[in-house]
Formats: sequence, structure tokens, C-alpha cells
Amino acid sequence: MSTTTTLTPSAPAPGPTAPDRPPRAARQTWRRALRRDWQLYSLAILPLLFFLIFRYLPMLGNVIAFRRFQPGGNIFGEYWVGLRYFKMFLNDPTFWNVFTNTLVLGALTLLFCFPLPIVLALLLNEVRARKLKRFVQSVSYLPHFLSIVIVAAIVMQLLSMDGTVNQLVRAGGGEAIPFLQRPEWFRTIYVSSEVWQTVGWGTILYLAALTTIDDDLYEAARIDGASRWRQTWHVTLPGIRPTMVTLLILNIGTFMAVGFEKILLLYNPLTYPTADVLSTYLFRMGFASSNFSYAAAIGLFEAVIGLILVMSANLIARRTVGTSLW
Amino acid sequence: MVTIDAAQRPTGSKPRPRRRGIQETRGYRAFRVVNGIILTLVVVVTLYPFVNIVARSMSHESYIIAGQVNLVPRGFTLDTYQLLMSDSLFWTNYRNTVFYTVTATVISIVMTTCYAYVLSKKQLKGRSALVGIAVFTMFFTGGLIPNYVLVTSLGLKNSVWAIALPNAINVFNLLVMKAFFESLPTELEEAAAVDGLNTYGILLRIVLPLSKAIVATMVLFYAVAFWNSWFAAFLYMDRQELWPVTVYLRNLIAGATGAENVGSITEANEVQAEATLKAVTIVLTTLPILLVYPFVQRYFVRGIMLGAVKG
Repeated sequence: MSTTTTLTPSAPAPGPTAPDRPPRAARQTWRRALRRDWQLYSLAILPLLFFLIFRYLPMLGNVIAFRRFQPGGNIFGEYWVGLRYFKMFLNDPTFWNVFTNTLVLGALTLLFCFPLPIVLALLLNEVRARKLKRFVQSVSYLPHFLSIVIVAAIVMQLLSMDGTVNQLVRAGGGEAIPFLQRPEWFRTIYVSSEVWQTVGWGTILYLAALTTIDDDLYEAARIDGASRWRQTWHVTLPGIRPTMVTLLILNIGTFMAVGFEKILLLYNPLTYPTADVLSTYLFRMGFASSNFSYAAAIGLFEAVIGLILVMSANLIARRTVGTSLW
Repeated sequence: MVTIDAAQRPTGSKPRPRRRGIQETRGYRAFRVVNGIILTLVVVVTLYPFVNIVARSMSHESYIIAGQVNLVPRGFTLDTYQLLMSDSLFWTNYRNTVFYTVTATVISIVMTTCYAYVLSKKQLKGRSALVGIAVFTMFFTGGLIPNYVLVTSLGLKNSVWAIALPNAINVFNLLVMKAFFESLPTELEEAAAVDGLNTYGILLRIVLPLSKAIVATMVLFYAVAFWNSWFAAFLYMDRQELWPVTVYLRNLIAGATGAENVGSITEANEVQAEATLKAVTIVLTTLPILLVYPFVQRYFVRGIMLGAVKG
């Protein structure tokens, strides 16, 4: 099958300007481009302002991680303090606990939320009754459209002392457990609710990729005597590999930012030992303790690690399987 | 993103020759049974929480506390629905949700359409830089604190702008729309240009009428995201009459689980929550989504396919 990966961002612009032209010529073509396409460029002004103000300015705003900041004062802080806040959190035992939690929750999420949609897509692909297939798909997409607040509320209801899960525990002869107050349960709760909400929607891209696999490949495999299992292993999985790699890289990109909003809704001081992650910790540091610079330092640390992760994943994918985002 | 050339083919358009009954081994028949069971379980597990919440919302308090409500309401009553519906704050917040969603969606659609159209012009000088500016923000963001400082110092707090402006363009949606515009035939636009229509005219009178489907999909994507959002409002709305309904629900559930209200950001909505009240609130906030979902679901799927097929 012909699957190519293109990249959108940093492709060399196909255009009349060769890179080794002298700058003067480039300026002239810019002038010509502006004269010819100024109406197009004008459409980009507002969106560019948006990116500049609400995306790139906050990136610069991270300088407050290196500066003393006073709420209500200069948004870029008052004076330089160097790496003080970074040293502070590197010496903060809570930080390391929170960092570990982030890695564990991120890894568990990746471990379950990445492969399960593939499995479900393969299972759905084997369903012959099209109406049935469509019904299962429609139902499984549904949780994706709910607000995180609603998902958290539903989780709390199911896990409450009188909720369904504890009804089952009691029916099995056990004692009801206040799940949301128990740190040892938090990871299970978080990951399973994440699976519940994302698995169905996650199948969409795989199902699309599955339809692109050439039937002749199955035909050939069958003639060679391949069992269905071997057909899946040697034809189907290689066929959806580019999609898998792309989604894996995207998943790794969100690794550090694990479910901030959901954790914020589901955790409480009793479950901090396992539930508190970098983003929730910096949220409390910033807003409960008003230590904006300290929180910004942690945020910057998190964002940089996230960027490094996604870039390495992309690089490794390009080197090993030849598929990458850019 | 990934380009799957052949995916342009309509999904499931032709029956697969490999699915012939004769070739089914015993092992495969067993697999099909297991598969049926697994998929049934998926459906049950996905739907059960909804059924359970509806059952709780219509049950009498005492049965809930006794842990006896699962699939059907016990001690059927709609009193709590009446109670919640008579809470004026709930309705105020619901109205806010509608207002925020509409305003933010309109802004987002205009911004996304304009930028996606510009990015779809392959011969445009500086195009790859314009794409790069947008795509980079998918992988690196300023973070919570600088964003908060920015929105606060721009004086956007306690207004709809705090919700709408910082999230005006979703880069994923932008790429989906760009891919769609790229797939349109250029001849029409060229002809319109020859007829003397300028760029704005071409976009408004030629391109947009051809793009109703993608615009509808984008409206849905943005509207659902804004309808569901709570964190921006939680962060930037100090007064309860400004909350969207998601924050109303958030404060209702937070009150009882010990999740603290951080700082002065919110004052906990001290509703003495009966067990059913939460269930009723969940039902009433989920209802609009559940009602429109069956009708709009395929647009979502189509939208995400477009984004996946060409991005």
C-alpha cells in the first residue's frame, strides 16, 4: 500500500526562491509577493496576532521562572534571580514525588490507552454485520463527547460508598471501600476512566487505515497458506503501522501533561501521594501559595521535557520505521 | 500528520473476498463468538454508567444510600429534578454556557477559516513559516502560569473573552480545514479571479459555499469543546453568576469529595447535596449532548477522517 508521511511544518517551501539567492533578490520577491497576495496576507493578520499574543507571548512569559514576580506587577517579573527557583524545586522532596507520579501515570496511560484502540479496531474490523459494527462504534465514541467534569462526576458516583462498584464488592462479601480516598486505588481509577473515555474514539483512525489495506495482500497471504492470525500479524498490522507510529508520537507528546484537568477533579489531599502530578502541583503552588515564579519554573521544566520527548520519539521513529510527524 | 492516500476510498464500500464462510476454520468460528462477547461487553461497559446515573437521578434518597440502585430507579421520584430546576443559579449558569459557546465558536470559526484558507495556498510565499508558527504550538506551550498572568493583565477576567480568545484556534482543527481547502479544485477560484473577484470575494462567494460540510464539522468540534470546557471559567470567573454549568457541576461534586477549593478562585457552592442532586445535575448537563449526538456523530467522524487522510 502506498502510505507516505508528509509533514506540514518544516518542508522547504517549493517556490521561486532558491536558498542561495542573494538577499536583495529575496527582498524583491517578497515585495512582489506582498503586492500580489496582500489580501491573502491580510486574512492571516488576526490569526497571527492570536498566536503571537496567546501562544508565543506566554512562552516568553516563562522568563518569570528566572525572575522575581509580584502578582499585579510587571508580567515579566521585577528582577533576575537566576536559577533560584529551579534549584528550589530540585531540592524539594515533594517535587520528586510529584515527578515520579507524573512518569508513572503517563506510562500507565500510554501502556493502556495506546494499544487498546488498536485491539478494538481489529476486533471491529472482523465484524461482518455492518449495522452491528456501526452501532458498537457509535456507542463507543460517545464518552469522548462528554465534559471532563461529567466524566469525573460519573466516576465519583460509581465509586461512592453506595455506588455500583461497592455494591459489587459487598455482593462478593467484602467491605465497601472509599476508593477515591485511597491513594493505592487512584492509578487504577484514573487509567480505567481514561480508557473508558478514549478507547472508542481512538479506533477511528485505525479503522480508516484498515480500509486502505489492499485485499490482494490478504489473497496472496492465503495462497501462501497463512492462517488468519498470521494474516493479521503479517498484513494487517504492517498496514496500519504508519498510523500507529503517528499516534504513538502524538501520545508521547502529551505524556508529561497527563490529564491535568481530570486529576484536578478527582484527587484530594488524601490521594496526593499517588495522584499529585507536576501540573496539579504547580497549579497549587501558583494559585494556593501565590508562588508564581516557582510554579512557572516547574511548568517550564515540564514543557521542555515534553518537547524533548516528542522530538526524540519523532527522530527515533524516522530512523527506525521511516514514519514521522516531520 | 499522516497521509493515507488510498483512504479516500469510501469506508467499507465493497465486501471483502476473504470473508467467505467456506474458509472459516473452527478456530475462527470460536474467535467470532469471543469477539461478539467482547464487543457486547464494550457496549455494556460504555453505556452502564449512563443508565446508572439516570436511575439514581430518579430514585428516592433512601434506596441510594442503602446502595440498592443500579439499573432501574427505586422509589421513583422526580422531586430532585423540580428542586434543581427551581434553582435560578443553575439556569443562569446554563445560559452562560450557551452564551460562551456561541460567542467563542463564532470567533474560532472566523479565525480558523481565514488562517486555514491562507495556509491552503501552496504557492504563497512564507507559507511554510505560517504553518510552522501554528504547528509548533501543538508541542510547546507557555504553560498555565504565564497564560494566567497574561489573561489577567489584559483585563480579560470575568468576561467571555477569557474563555474565547486564548483558545480561538485549535491547531488540529486548523490542519483539518487546511487539508479540505487544499482538496478543492483551483479552477473555480481562478475563473472567479479572472472575473474580477478579489480574494475576500473568492473566499466568501466561491470557497465557503463549497465548504459547508467542513464548516459544519468545525462548528461542531468547537462548540462541543467550548460547551464542555470548565477550567478557563473556573480560573477566570470570580463570581458564581458568571459560571458555565460545568463549573456549577464541578463545585457540586467537589464539595463532597474533599477536593479543596483552591485559594480565592472559587467560593464553593455550598449546596447541601443530597445523593440524587448530583445525579440529576449530571443528567441535565449531559442531556443536550446525548440528544444531539446521534444526529451529528457522523460529521465528527467525517471531520477527523479528513484530518487523518490529509494533514
